[in-house]
Amino acid sequence: MHLLGILLAATAFWMANSGHYKPLMLGFAAASVVLTLILSLRFKIVDREGSPYVRLLGFLAYVPWLTWEVLKANWVVIRACLRADLDISPALVKVRTTCKSDLAKVTFANSITLTPGTVTVEIQGDKMLVHGLYEANTVPESFIGMDARCARAADPKGAAS
Amino acid sequence: MPEAASLMPLDWNTIRVALGGALSLLGALLCIVGTIGVLRFPDVYTRLHAASITDTSGAGFVLFGIALMAPDWIVLVKIVCILIFLMLTSATSSHALANAALTAGLQPKIGSMRKGPHEDEASP
Repeated sequence: MHLLGILLAATAFWMANSGHYKPLMLGFAAASVVLTLILSLRFKIVDREGSPYVRLLGFLAYVPWLTWEVLKANWVVIRACLRADLDISPALVKVRTTCKSDLAKVTFANSITLTPGTVTVEIQGDKMLVHGLYEANTVPESFIGMDARCARAADPKGAAS
Repeated sequence: MPEAASLMPLDWNTIRVALGGALSLLGALLCIVGTIGVLRFPDVYTRLHAASITDTSGAGFVLFGIALMAPDWIVLVKIVCILIFLMLTSATSSHALANAALTAGLQPKIGSMRKGPHEDEASP
């Protein structure tokens, strides 16, 4: 099942990237896809995280919101960079996440890091150490919305795992 | 056909090249802003924030501009792939860098930078 997912993804990736559909090239494509499958079987990464296509729709809904957040945060940091008076006030806060699966936690931590002005420094269990550029923007409450959206986008529906 | 092109100077091909060029230029300017931030901010952690401007909006606008100028969909797919991988890996590498700095025992500077001595502003 997961092997099939990787097979389809690798084939689609090759098709979209090559643009050559002669028999020789398609033969190379089949060979490289099979090699990829053998390698991922040997690395034992053929599991739920290796082919997370079930939650692809959730991610697609999450990405536009994240893009908007990133743009808003960019503006704040750009102003901080160009202001004549260096008025930053860095802060370290502990953020508790409600995400259960590793995938959701990684999504949340990477979203925090991707947003300029905040970087996830460390993850331990369900607590994250976040370094922020402005004390006022880096309070644990400001991450609640992002946390909830990550849990919705990446956590399995039954809240198992 | 040429006469149609001269009648409609603002067809999509003209617009997308101009718009793509403008967006790429904006991205390049944002990269410069990020670099200015890296030079001005006091320690590793704050400099990471400035570098993340270059990573996200700088690279994002440049790639979006290039995507608008792409000649065919094969190139477009490649640019979208670059964008996805860049967003995933830049966040991961920023986190790895910050985590390494903390593990090495580097203490971040906390609190307002206004109170401290202003040696950062003194240098040009």
